Amino acid sequence: MIKEDTLKKVLYIDLSKKKFWIEERDDLFSQFIGGTGVAIKLLHENCKYDTDPLSSDNPIIISIGPLNGLFPIASKTVALFKSPHTGNLGESHAGGRSAIAIRMAGYGAIVIKGKSERPCYIAIHGDRVYFKDATTLWGLEEGVSAASLIRRQESGAGLRTIMRIGPAGEKMITYACVTLETYRHFGRLGLGAVFGSKNLKAVVVSGKRDLKVNDFKGYKECYSNLLKQLAESDKMKKYHELGTPANVMPLSFSKGIPMKNLTISELEGLENISGESFAEKHLGRRVACSHCPVACIHLGALRKPYEDEPYFYRTVYLSYDYELIYALGTMLGVASPEGVLRLIEVVEDMGLDAISTGVVLAWSTEAFEKGLINEKMTEGVIPQWGDVDAYSQLINKIVFSEGEFFKDLGKGIDYASSKYGGKEFALTYGKNEMPGYHTGYGAHIGYLFGARHSHLDSAGYAIDKEAMIKSFDEEQFAEKIITEEYWRQILSSLVICFFGREIYTPQIILQCLKLTGFDLDEKRLTEIGKEIYAEKYRFKIKCGFDVDNIELPQRIFELPSGTGKLNKDFAEKIIGKLKEKIKSLL
Amino acid sequence: MFRFEIITCYNLSMPVFVKDANKCVGCLICMFACGRAHLATGLESSCIKVRSQGGISRGFSVFVCRGCEDPPCARVCPEDALVVRKGGGVLLKEDKCTGCGHCVKACILDAIGWNNGKNKPVICIQCGECAKSCHYKVLEYKRT
Ligand code: SF4
Ligand code: SF4
Ligand code: SF4
Repeated sequence: MIKEDTLKKVLYIDLSKKKFWIEERDDLFSQFIGGTGVAIKLLHENCKYDTDPLSSDNPIIISIGPLNGLFPIASKTVALFKSPHTGNLGESHAGGRSAIAIRMAGYGAIVIKGKSERPCYIAIHGDRVYFKDATTLWGLEEGVSAASLIRRQESGAGLRTIMRIGPAGEKMITYACVTLETYRHFGRLGLGAVFGSKNLKAVVVSGKRDLKVNDFKGYKECYSNLLKQLAESDKMKKYHELGTPANVMPLSFSKGIPMKNLTISELEGLENISGESFAEKHLGRRVACSHCPVACIHLGALRKPYEDEPYFYRTVYLSYDYELIYALGTMLGVASPEGVLRLIEVVEDMGLDAISTGVVLAWSTEAFEKGLINEKMTEGVIPQWGDVDAYSQLINKIVFSEGEFFKDLGKGIDYASSKYGGKEFALTYGKNEMPGYHTGYGAHIGYLFGARHSHLDSAGYAIDKEAMIKSFDEEQFAEKIITEEYWRQILSSLVICFFGREIYTPQIILQCLKLTGFDLDEKRLTEIGKEIYAEKYRFKIKCGFDVDNIELPQRIFELPSGTGKLNKDFAEKIIGKLKEKIKSLL
Repeated sequence: MFRFEIITCYNLSMPVFVKDANKCVGCLICMFACGRAHLATGLESSCIKVRSQGGISRGFSVFVCRGCEDPPCARVCPEDALVVRKGGGVLLKEDKCTGCGHCVKACILDAIGWNNGKNKPVICIQCGECAKSCHYKVLEYKRT
């Protein structure tokens, strides 16, 4: 790391004592680069393994890496915490303005501890940190946005990030998200609930500074090369044009997109919610994270009439992508773009993780059909495939109802199904709900063993895609899953958006790192990736995660996947190999 | 909201102008390019500005120097630190500048940046790097 680089500064904030201080941690950054690598070390340091995730002792670690603010598409921020949803490692990534704002404010990481006595928000403007009262922002009625009130109060327009929670976070739903810049999220694993448990409504960060590089001329060359590739390369095209929803049709042809809780593989009218259809009928604007020329964020316009007033409409913009079309569309049998957008709006208003919400609703629908739950429990609302109104009401009830059933649903379907039955069709992995790929062994086993039980851990769908043309044995599957996850530790320590991963080859990364004062070679880089992954697993296991005691949901073996019907014995063989590899690291 | 592009359309001599702010995705790539044009990395030495129009869904405005032929920023500078350039715009004589900030207030386009470290303004050098790096052709650069 370059000596003057402010990346090494870790800002500690204690909400209980309303105090903050800065520690310089060259040791951590020079060894673990930044982002997820530094964050996992800070989590080990600051979180006791038996901590209750919703207690004041659970720290929130927010971190960035050396490439943020220097290179294009290095635009992500990592958050680590103990997850209230799974009870072990919580990790979530977000873009928006966050990474650049934190870099410009002069920090590499922020650690938030304790609990505020009253609702508050934190404003970090460069080296000034303020604890602000947020009692009037808590429990806001629909239609008043906390973010817009904060925007008016705080400086730094244009360059700041505002991370905030909605009602779901305040009510500590274990899959509440944190929303940034209206359209980006720390979505998965319940960071929103951790904010809520600390009485923390929002965190604002802003700043402005120049950074240092080793060789300015070399830096400019490297930068323009990257910018050119990001603009021209075919590898980026899919994100530029239709965005991730481009995958809806191809995945439906191969039966890889889950529908109605994995009970069917064909949905009538599916083409209406394809990337093409959204773009044609609803795409209203495209926007980007700071320092990313790709602009993959697709905002769909939804025109809504006022029920009591003819000729009055309002148009809302909602960001849609593949995962949302899956979770709030195909998974629920909703095949109209308006329906999907309406559900996205409710999920955004509540501040929930869209993937978990969709899968929770899908499980509820099937559980209702099977008679495991009844109308009394659901307070008169009948969950039915395709019924957008019913689903909207249910989402509201998950957040606001005091009824026992909804309180249980607010803890996810691992919890709900252990109480009401229906485990066989509860699509959860290590207690986290399923992402949108039923493509094969790579995807499912990747979710089960990934450090954050997400499709982003090892992108198993890409392995499955390869497996369509080549056949892999158990060893090859296991090796591919784990090496991809090692490598992703590096990307998320820098912190590069995964959409740029094909442009950021190891050679380019080494070059960028050299310019920022990290002299590494490819072998060392791989070792660091492996070590970060091992550190995550150590954390998980110390929190009680048991690799020998987790299972794939039974349902996935019943409906053919993108690569055909899955064989349980073969899955077990891959799992066996993967477990050996994980254990040998610890 | 002040719509900058409407005014600049009339001045055909300016080197950089905002062609269509509606296409702006708010990526800030131009701001970083401007920093590099000022031989720096980061945003402190950047003068072009991109701001959302009160929430991202409403889109963005871009504020960039139009290279006035009779620039008010230079006129208000009490130290004669801003020299009018041939063909429009100004040059900053950094040694003369005392950091009073009058120029920033005089530019109603908000096209002057401020370097807090140096306590000096950041003045557009009419290089066109911002326009060249914008993927969405929001900005256009014409050499005069
Ligand atoms: S590709 Fe999309 S998510 Fe990634 S940094 Fe760019 S705009 Fe953000
Ligand atoms: S023309 Fe050059 S100096 Fe002026 S705003 Fe653009 S990049 Fe900055
Ligand atoms: S580079 Fe273009 S699209 Fe990006 S912020 Fe600047 S003007 Fe807007």
